[in-house]
Amino acid sequence: MLLLKDVKKSFRQPDGTALPVLDIPEFRVAAGEQMVMVGRSGCGKTTLLHIIAGIGRPDSGKVRLDDWDLTLLPEAERDRFRAERIGYVFQTFNLLAGFTALENVLVAMRFARGRPDKARARNLLNRVGLSHRITHRPAQLSVGEQQRVAVARALANKPQLLLADEPTANVDAGHQQQILDLIRETCREENVALIMVTHSNDVAVQFPRMDHLEDINHVAVGAAIG
Amino acid sequence: MSLWKVAWRSIQQRALVSLLTVISMALGVALVVAVLVVYGVVYQSFHRGGEGYDLIVGAKGGREQLVLNTVFYLSQPVGNIPYSLYEDVKEGSRFGADVETAIPVCMGHTYQGFRVVGTVPEMFTELKYRNNERYQFAKGRNFKADQPFEAVLGAAAASRTQLQIGEAVRNIAGGSHTDRAEFKVVGILAPTGTPVDHAVYVNMRGFQEIHHGAAAAEHAERADHDEGGKHDEKAKHDEHGDHDHGNEITAMLVCIYPDRANAGRTDVVARMVNDSRVAQAVVPARVIADMFEGVVGKLQWVLLGMAVVTVVEAGIGIMVSIYNSMSDRRHEIAVMRALGASRFTVMMVILMESILLALMGGAIGLLLGHGVIWACSPLIAEWTGVVVDMLQFQLMELVLIPGLVVLASAVGYLPAVAAYRTDVAKSLITTP
Repeated sequence: MLLLKDVKKSFRQPDGTALPVLDIPEFRVAAGEQMVMVGRSGCGKTTLLHIIAGIGRPDSGKVRLDDWDLTLLPEAERDRFRAERIGYVFQTFNLLAGFTALENVLVAMRFARGRPDKARARNLLNRVGLSHRITHRPAQLSVGEQQRVAVARALANKPQLLLADEPTANVDAGHQQQILDLIRETCREENVALIMVTHSNDVAVQFPRMDHLEDINHVAVGAAIG
Repeated sequence: MSLWKVAWRSIQQRALVSLLTVISMALGVALVVAVLVVYGVVYQSFHRGGEGYDLIVGAKGGREQLVLNTVFYLSQPVGNIPYSLYEDVKEGSRFGADVETAIPVCMGHTYQGFRVVGTVPEMFTELKYRNNERYQFAKGRNFKADQPFEAVLGAAAASRTQLQIGEAVRNIAGGSHTDRAEFKVVGILAPTGTPVDHAVYVNMRGFQEIHHGAAAAEHAERADHDEGGKHDEKAKHDEHGDHDHGNEITAMLVCIYPDRANAGRTDVVARMVNDSRVAQAVVPARVIADMFEGVVGKLQWVLLGMAVVTVVEAGIGIMVSIYNSMSDRRHEIAVMRALGASRFTVMMVILMESILLALMGGAIGLLLGHGVIWACSPLIAEWTGVVVDMLQFQLMELVLIPGLVVLASAVGYLPAVAAYRTDVAKSLITTP
């Protein structure tokens, strides 16, 4: 389903020289597959997720999701493609502060399809155990609850692929497993492929597939950032 | 969830700054509304005065002064015209086919600040005002032609002087010690919203009797004190505006038959009068329109310009408010983009935010402006006779809302472009 082929990415440094971050000859994830990506800080995990999501563009190479090559899509279409087919759970949740839990889910639907499905939004919040908190704003929710809303929001548009960037890093130990289970279960129920980036061994060992970015990335260790 | 709601949520997020921005816009819009409504009031007040008759015939001289004196009871009369001209216009064969009625008026001194006008009872029976409305008496009746010392008060004059039916108006000839005559108030006119409200009307016969008496007495007195008597008495007397020697009147208000007026006969009659050596005829509506445009019209544009500058300044306030918030909001915009919002969508959200702030300010400003005018309406009615309704909108106010949308779009453009250019990847890495 997801195929990265010869993806290279570098950032320009203040002195004008290029700093290579990613050089991935090939990376595949199958439909519905759940895998975890590990790697040390600054090895390019978040940059990789951004490229898969179409938030950033590789310098070269292909990023294919089914029959679509994201690198060939104009920016506006890439935005729509991301909204419809890729969910994203951030490490810092990134809920919109002025919106209620329900509205945070609805707004993701609005950006994807134009017409939000309120029933599905409520259903998703119900599934993450927040049916009683839908009118609360992020500041009124606990950290664990905020991340649950973020999960519901990421799944709002029935994506094919969910990208989770260290979703448990800011959650206390007691809730880490809850969040992890929630993400994995809902992805399984919705047949969504999952790529989770994590530092945590405890998290990583629970996945049937674990990739070390350093193994698939041909950029010399110590050169990459982000 | 619409993009408007997304924009609204953003406004709510910054409630205090948004509120202050809205208030600033509301004050600007209220000022525009006030200027427009006051202009409308002044316009009505100005133009209503000249309605009800087609021509003013008076002494040759400045046409503006003739209108100011005859319609608005301001300034001094240009001079007098012979009573015979009035008779000629009213009943003579030259004008008979065109002139429906002619009402003589003699301008006197003021009584407690209100002009005393000598006229005939037909002033209130044959003339109409505004939209063909007939004069009504709030109290009492019209004065009678055969009762020379009866008076009728305009509504504002009655209110201010506190004169009641049966009481007397004295000293109408300027306080001359020979002026012993009293005019008995027999009627108080209902408000008309025209200068008629601000005058004291007396029977022309009594008016002329008193003025003739006063003039004759003054003449004799001066002769006693100044044996030479070589001063130009008439010239001095004219300074007081009492052009009442012999059978003279100050002016006459002339109505042309409607069908003849429609056939352009008003100008023909005016030309016939103007061809004479003793009088001029002016169309009051035209003179008033010229005066209004020449003086008040320009002032209105100056005031309106200042008010618009205030609104534009408030618009810039919106821009500054949104633009300043952009650095805080880059992360939020990046999140929206990551959720799939296009650059154009986030740009639209910012523009909508600007438009919402401007429209809220506009709506509050409209209410505030009309509310203030409404609260002041008793005062305006007393000063001008124009009754201002809370919902009395000026046509130009229709431009306000689309104008605000254009302004908001213009001032929202800069922050919207900043949102458009937000680097998503970089902003997402930044901790909110």
